[in-house]
Amino acid sequence: MTRPVTDGTPIRALSGRAVDGLTVEAVRAGEVGVADLRIHPETLERQAVVAERHGNPQLAGNLRRAAELTRLPDDEVLAVYEALRPGRSTPAQLTELAASLAARGLPRCAALLTEAADVYARRGLSA
Amino acid sequence: MTAPEPVGRIRFMDRQRVNLDGFAVENPELGLAALRSPHDPEPSLVIADGRVTELDGVKEADFDSIDTFIARHGLDLSVAGEAMALSDVAFARLLVDPAVPRAEIIRLSAGATPAKLARVLAQLRPPELVMAMTKLRARRTPSNQAHVTNRLDDPLLLAADAATAAAFGFREVETTVPVLGDAPSNAVACLIGAAFGADGVLIQCSVEEALELELGMRGLTSYAETVSLYGTEQVFTDGDDTPWSKAFLTSAYASRGMKMRVSSGAGAEVLMAGASGKSMLYLEARCVALARAIGAQGVQNGGIDGASVAGSVPGGLRELMSENVMVMMRNLESASGNDALMSESDMRRTSRTLPIVLAGSDFAFSGFGSIQRYDNMFGPSNFNAEDIDDFLAMQRDWGIDGGLRTVPASRLAEVRREAAEACRAVYAHLGLADFTDEHVDLAVDAAGSKDLGETDTLAVLGAAHAIRQRGLTVVDIVAALDECGYLHEAERMMAFARARLSGDYLQTSAIFDESLAVLSAVTDPNDYAGPGTGYEPSPDRQAEIDAIRQARGVADLRAEQARWAVPLLAPAGPARPGQGPRDVVIGVSPAVGRDVWRCLSGLAVTDVLRELLAGLEEEGCVGRVVRFNDSVDLGRIGLAAARLAGSGIGIGLQGKGTALIHRRDLAPLANLELYSMAPSVTPELYRLLGANAARHAKGGTPDPARNPYSDEAIEARYHTTVIALMELERRRMTPGVPPEELALEGLT
Repeated sequence: MTRPVTDGTPIRALSGRAVDGLTVEAVRAGEVGVADLRIHPETLERQAVVAERHGNPQLAGNLRRAAELTRLPDDEVLAVYEALRPGRSTPAQLTELAASLAARGLPRCAALLTEAADVYARRGLSA
Repeated sequence: MTAPEPVGRIRFMDRQRVNLDGFAVENPELGLAALRSPHDPEPSLVIADGRVTELDGVKEADFDSIDTFIARHGLDLSVAGEAMALSDVAFARLLVDPAVPRAEIIRLSAGATPAKLARVLAQLRPPELVMAMTKLRARRTPSNQAHVTNRLDDPLLLAADAATAAAFGFREVETTVPVLGDAPSNAVACLIGAAFGADGVLIQCSVEEALELELGMRGLTSYAETVSLYGTEQVFTDGDDTPWSKAFLTSAYASRGMKMRVSSGAGAEVLMAGASGKSMLYLEARCVALARAIGAQGVQNGGIDGASVAGSVPGGLRELMSENVMVMMRNLESASGNDALMSESDMRRTSRTLPIVLAGSDFAFSGFGSIQRYDNMFGPSNFNAEDIDDFLAMQRDWGIDGGLRTVPASRLAEVRREAAEACRAVYAHLGLADFTDEHVDLAVDAAGSKDLGETDTLAVLGAAHAIRQRGLTVVDIVAALDECGYLHEAERMMAFARARLSGDYLQTSAIFDESLAVLSAVTDPNDYAGPGTGYEPSPDRQAEIDAIRQARGVADLRAEQARWAVPLLAPAGPARPGQGPRDVVIGVSPAVGRDVWRCLSGLAVTDVLRELLAGLEEEGCVGRVVRFNDSVDLGRIGLAAARLAGSGIGIGLQGKGTALIHRRDLAPLANLELYSMAPSVTPELYRLLGANAARHAKGGTPDPARNPYSDEAIEARYHTTVIALMELERRRMTPGVPPEELALEGLT
């Protein structure tokens, strides 16, 4: 069995904390929050590189969008998903949302929304 | 005029269970066509300036949303020309040729359109599909997924059953709810329970997508698979999603470090009257291409909820397996369906599943109902708790790894109790709900929720509500386990949380093994290239597969027989020829009275001898019992007994209960009467055999006995015992040792 390429790279949680510090003792001391168990965008980027090397550029693209989404809080992630469902948004609303995501450093997610705005208008999937 | 009633043979056939199934006349207009419809497009791909301008017969201006997403994101245009130029049959041959590496198929498939892959797969016959799956699945090591649910959403039973599923070897546990509000409680109960069965089991709670994502974000679940894709735009939209919303959702799961696969499969569009006249395989080809395009790592397909729709049309099962192989060609993880009961016939549902288990899939089932049919809140799976022993036997029969293992009874009791008690402790500690000792005991012993009696389902709903409202996370569960004294499980849950942060399990086909190493397309790639290559169970794993709990050896049988020993049949000196005309000898085999005390019928050997002696006496003869030490052959024992008898008539009796009447002037293999069906011989029949032997001795007319007949698999049930019993006999056989009289004391 080959080992994962991420072996040997120090892994950090989204909070910046090293995973080695995530122990039951730390939980007992009340020092572990949910952000300590969230994946870090750099980890997702490393995994994107692995996916590309293993013949799946689309999975790599997904992991890079995911890396961007680590910056959004849960309710905002759910709100963007809701906006993308059929009949929820006008093309203008999607374009506007895309622009705001791009401005906040989520260019790949923004591109997905921009493309959706165009196709939804053409296929009658807009509000 | 009414039609005449069919003849008895048809009436008899009509009553068989397979005739409860529905069989549809093929009807492409309704989408009731498995592999091909006249309305399927000809495969085509036109590229201009690096942009797809025609896909499977549709011009860019007419692309629907699915075409658009596939055209823009799903195809590797650098190999498209090469892939599309291959003839269907040439492409199909690559799939089964062991000399063509998996990587080459993956490379070419990336440039093939949905219609092209559908045409290619329609070329494969069933054994070729098995071959293709063996070679093309992404992960080398096959595995399996379980459903763990119950009608009551009872947390203690869920915990015990999740522990059970983990102990049986399932690497993913999928739960769902009859009552949506209970979902957070079910996730927590399964999370706790699985930790007591094995390390590294992934948990899913399949519910409405926003809630499912929320549970995952809190670390209470670790994967999702019910993100549905459909093959037509209309049905996709009716499902309240678009390819873009699904692509975003896929990224949302990954952003929280959750593994995710999408779900599709034949029949969904047909059931929603939206198949547009296309074949099931073509529509599914669009789903699978889309799955790859949106960046999902895997697909659950093979019919799923529509499996019985595919099963109703000609070639339907071929179509279901083709869907799984197509996923593998797209370099994605396959969770291969087999999760909906597709027939009332045990033979048909086995026939549906077996080829996939033989080939080996990333997940042969998605999932196997590890609970009883009535407790499966997804609806009965194709295999359920009723079938676990069957499945374990099938693994052993074929020497293949279907991902399951035997769990000794004592271990099962232990993990169920630990899981139920820990679940109760955590619920109490967190102030979620209180459960009684009796409830724990019932959950540990229950084979299903009907064994629990009345439970407080409102308490479950309250607990679920509290988990959600208070925003409890996996950290709270770890802390509770720790404070309740389950330090080991708390440590394991934290180790798993740390392992998830590396993201290795977001790669294709990832599972954790029990030492928390990730097995995936990256770390454990399938390298099958013909006999002698690819996955082979390790010697330890093979031993685990082989050692089902029902297996018995000679030592087991010796111990079992010894429990029936009685202080009778003591040796009483060398056997001598009898003188009187009414002297009949009952010859017994070498182990009788030593190692063998109980016949296959369950009768004690001494009781059989009592009946034989009584039968002889009824007809005025006198029986003796003589043990022959130099042969295990019943004919020889019977003949030797006859030759010792004053009457010239002997009865031969093997310890297993086979018996015959012999006469001194016959050849060894001839006899006067034979009871060959030892497991079915009754005391009355042995008495009749004794009486008939006496009638032969007197020159009278015997009343021949009929061998009892059974339509059961008697040989399957007893042959292994017969072999072991004969071995006990053989070990007591000593050539040259003369026969000996056995004491009749206690027998007459």
